Amino acid sequence: MGKTFTEKVLGRRAGKDVQAGEVVSVSPDYVLSHDNSAAIIKEFQKLGVEKVKAPEKIVIVLDHIVPAADEKYAQNHKSIREFVAEQKIPHFFDINAGICHQVLPEQGFALPGLVIVGSDSHTPSYGALGAFAAGIGRTETACTWATDEIWLRVPETMRVDLSGRFRPGVFAKDLSLKLIGDHGAEMANYKAVEFAGPAAGELSVGARLTLANMSAEMGAKNGYFAPDATALKWLEGRARKPFAPVASDPDALYESVLAYDLDALEPQVACPHTVDNVKPVAAVAGTRVHQVLIGTCTNGRLEDLEAAAAILRGRKVHPSVRVLVIPASWQVYREALASGALAALVDAGCVILNSGCGPCLGAHEGLMAAGEVCLSTSNRNFQGRMGHRDSEIYLASPATAAATAVAGIIADPREFA
Amino acid sequence: MSQGKVWAYGDNVNTDVIFPGRYTYQIMPPEEMARHALEDLDPGFAAGVKPGDVVVAGKNFGCGSSREQAAACLKASGVQAVVARSFARIYFRNAINLGLAVLQCDEAVDALATGDLAEVDFAKGEIRSPKGTFRFLPLPEAVIGIIEAGGLLEYTRKKLTKE
Repeated sequence: MGKTFTEKVLGRRAGKDVQAGEVVSVSPDYVLSHDNSAAIIKEFQKLGVEKVKAPEKIVIVLDHIVPAADEKYAQNHKSIREFVAEQKIPHFFDINAGICHQVLPEQGFALPGLVIVGSDSHTPSYGALGAFAAGIGRTETACTWATDEIWLRVPETMRVDLSGRFRPGVFAKDLSLKLIGDHGAEMANYKAVEFAGPAAGELSVGARLTLANMSAEMGAKNGYFAPDATALKWLEGRARKPFAPVASDPDALYESVLAYDLDALEPQVACPHTVDNVKPVAAVAGTRVHQVLIGTCTNGRLEDLEAAAAILRGRKVHPSVRVLVIPASWQVYREALASGALAALVDAGCVILNSGCGPCLGAHEGLMAAGEVCLSTSNRNFQGRMGHRDSEIYLASPATAAATAVAGIIADPREFA
Repeated sequence: MSQGKVWAYGDNVNTDVIFPGRYTYQIMPPEEMARHALEDLDPGFAAGVKPGDVVVAGKNFGCGSSREQAAACLKASGVQAVVARSFARIYFRNAINLGLAVLQCDEAVDALATGDLAEVDFAKGEIRSPKGTFRFLPLPEAVIGIIEAGGLLEYTRKKLTKE
């Protein structure tokens, strides 16, 4: 019997033959953390060691509250900068870089066959490029800094076979919401999700990043796309170190297999207050919104901003709506400046914010008052996440967000072609 | 451990309602975290919870962000265990790493309601209550060492000292 990608990559790292269900101890290629590094440093200091074991493996990206919104956040950032200098951590990205889940792929850390752990739940994003990447907690991040070692349970794998093509107005975000709506927010709890089938190879790297990112909302430990010519071409000139891609064996044992035909898909919206409360856009069209957020680690890439600009170009944001746009990274910011997408969005009346997580996690930059509604391209719509506990969040694609921004009510992007 | 009061909730209790994002990037001591525990799900919990109480929930408890305070705040509240049908994976890791007991037991979740009394017998692997005695799933053997050491920090510190 063959093995899945995840069994092979964790087995290679553990130096033995492993299968799903086993617990292995591995030395990761990279350990990611962000603003929460301030809290991780405090845990690290309780361990009684002076130095991190492998500074070159630590990647720290300030992205959650950038620039600092108040003096507490400023103090956190300061303590992180001091720790980075003192420990000689070479891979540090300050407030002018972007969201970690965009920065790591762009900067060539997310590579096929690597093992990456991150103190952030959306770390599975890097599976888009064929890495094993899983989210971990703060205490274990501190311990991994000290030991260069972490325990991982080798997950079973769910495969999602994709066929067909997205129709106009339909995107990877719609597919991810449809999957979660059909199967529930714990559809892949403790598991790996491998996206395969003829349509997987047709998807852009951006679309793959969206799907691997949203595998976290399926409960998955990691998401995965086999690294193909599209992925390898995207990595040209970016890769930080040599890598050896790993793919599932043709006769690998999957825990389950789902099949989705992209041709049959319509724009989807996740309704308050769970990501699996998903309806076709038609079922919620007409719902009044006060704010639209276009950005985040799920949908803040160039192709997302372009999709929004295609609808907003030559149109105006509805007077009763405020629209926040956050390019996922400074690289995306520059590309969107050059392509004209940002100009179109500004001309339409959107507010452009510094690359980072923005209001997604509810700490700054556009929180909502009681009774307000936001349609967001982010990944979570839990009660109170983006402000008052009596505010509401709908999740959708950047195109649906742009259509909604123009209409002032939730709208179908296919009507704005 | 003596009997505590049950606080029962539904499926998919997420980390935003267990410990809201507006506090996530503020560094605070555990007792202050406890004051915000379940704030956006049950505003009465933090004031009413007593050491030894038991949180009972449905599927996928702790889904959402990787924030460790969602486990730390309940441990600091003094709950003796969270009993659920299933846990989100990072929450499960965080709880083990902090020494918060996270137990999977469908029968207990079916039977117990808010206000019931319950206690956990770790040695026997049982949850006992006037509504019955229920066996919970044993934890993976590979992580028992971490729990026995009192959490991952202590476990790692001992290991580093040996080296």
